[in-house]
Amino acid sequence: MFRRLPEAESRPVIPFTFEGRPAEGRAGDSVAAAVLALGELACRETAISRTPRGPYCLMGVCFDCLMEIDGVPNRQACMVPLAPGMRVARQRGPRQPWP
Amino acid sequence: MTLPARDSYDLVVVGAGPAGMGAVAECAGQGISLLWVDEQPSPGGQIHRGLAAPLSALAGAYQRGLALLSAARAAQAEYLPGATVWQIEPGASLGVSVGGASRLVAARRVILATGALERPMPIPGWTLPGVMTVGGAQTLLKAQGLVPSGRVVLVGTGPLLWLFAAQMLAVGARPALILDTTPAGNARRALRHLPGFLASPYLARGLGLLRRVRRAVPVRRGEHPAIRPRPAGGLLIAWESGEAEADLILLHQGVVPHVHPAQAAGCALAWSEAQACFVPVTDAWGESSIPGIAIAGDGAGIAGAEAAEYGGRIAALQALAALGRIDAATRDARAAPLLAARARWLAGRAFLDALFLPKPAQRQAAPEAIACRCEEVSGAALRQAVRQGATGPNQLKAFLRCGMGPCQGRQCALTVVETIAAERGLSPAAIGPLRARNPIKPVTLAEIAAMPVSEADIAAVLGRR
Ligand code: FES
Repeated sequence: MFRRLPEAESRPVIPFTFEGRPAEGRAGDSVAAAVLALGELACRETAISRTPRGPYCLMGVCFDCLMEIDGVPNRQACMVPLAPGMRVARQRGPRQPWP
Repeated sequence: MTLPARDSYDLVVVGAGPAGMGAVAECAGQGISLLWVDEQPSPGGQIHRGLAAPLSALAGAYQRGLALLSAARAAQAEYLPGATVWQIEPGASLGVSVGGASRLVAARRVILATGALERPMPIPGWTLPGVMTVGGAQTLLKAQGLVPSGRVVLVGTGPLLWLFAAQMLAVGARPALILDTTPAGNARRALRHLPGFLASPYLARGLGLLRRVRRAVPVRRGEHPAIRPRPAGGLLIAWESGEAEADLILLHQGVVPHVHPAQAAGCALAWSEAQACFVPVTDAWGESSIPGIAIAGDGAGIAGAEAAEYGGRIAALQALAALGRIDAATRDARAAPLLAARARWLAGRAFLDALFLPKPAQRQAAPEAIACRCEEVSGAALRQAVRQGATGPNQLKAFLRCGMGPCQGRQCALTVVETIAAERGLSPAAIGPLRARNPIKPVTLAEIAAMPVSEADIAAVLGRR
């Protein structure tokens, strides 16, 4: 669905995990961009109907990119810069209350 | 990631696109305390996303942005990227969140340069994974060098759609199809604005671009597009006279001002018939209805990047005059060429507005389409609520929660207003906008509770003086 241009491919590699699996992004990626680059178009299941949803605007407006990042739910994946070692997971339904 | 260093500033500029950069650049050497906050990790706004490391194929388009950025840097503002403004009070106090911590800062003057967002395109299937906005795909290209691949279908209308198709071609990719939903009567309606367009710098740029795209990409005209998933994977887009398979579908039908920040500050809005959206009421300097708060760039009405830069500079001159740093004569002398340059760009805008205005039916939610993406409310449910007595977007919240999800109505507000207006046989101006209240971005209670409190805050809560 997306391919990375060669000049962007050569940017420094950022390792992270997606749904527990090892994955790689590039310097300058937002979390949403890194996940889309993996070919994963759905980043969450919606809060109401629990259907798959993907990032939509990539500029912080739509909140369709909410994911669980390093154990913290409801984070806007398109606004969070990818960092080495990040644990990124799909958010399933609404954020759960604090334990 | 750092928080604002001080409690109060002479001027706070919100946004680092062309208008924000222009405003900050104009303040260079004026000796004011200047805070410059932007939600994105690096300056440039959406138009110059990835300004720090532009792709070689697109580098030409960044020249002006780079020059403007270095002019802005010369102002030595306190620049905070990754900073979300979640509260704007009419007394010009701002709640700023950076990296999960917040501060309140006071400002003598505020310039909101928060730009535009894409007009919603509430067609059936627009919530499916694999469907996103043209602007979103453009961000991925500019900032991350990610190009849409496979069968890519662009759907809608507006300059950005054609620009992005040209940018795909420039990096060696090619959309499989452009489904052009521009209403057939638009060209005729736009004609009377042609003289202004011909005199504006838009002409040369636009014609070459259209020619390049039309040579390389099949273009169909169509109405009432609807998307559904294919059982075998991928997507299918159908319109009244055809259909196409796709791996990625990019929607666009123009951009509208992002009015939430202005609304939170209490600034008055008015309905623009020409742009079919609510626009903050501003004067030639960008001053809103709230003293001390100015709005510059596309956030004050869509006029494009160049006009935005001039608008930012003009608003800054007015702020400097109000702060007593320059006198009125100096302000006027410096503003004169900027106002003239902005007028040249604005002259071409009416033609573009008329040429690319999506038709009303395409701006309202079809019964079978989702109107509110957050609360998953359909066009049918929305229309039924109107029949049950919801008179406007603010009453509708109690019926259906439209506008109460995490995006706070940024996506659905115009759809909801236009659908209610159509259902009730009134104009959107008569229905009025969806109210946006502080906090205008989600912020946790823990973050608010952790903000430092002053003696005055404690006195205010305890009712002592
Ligand atoms: S994709 Fe819209 S807010 Fe992140």
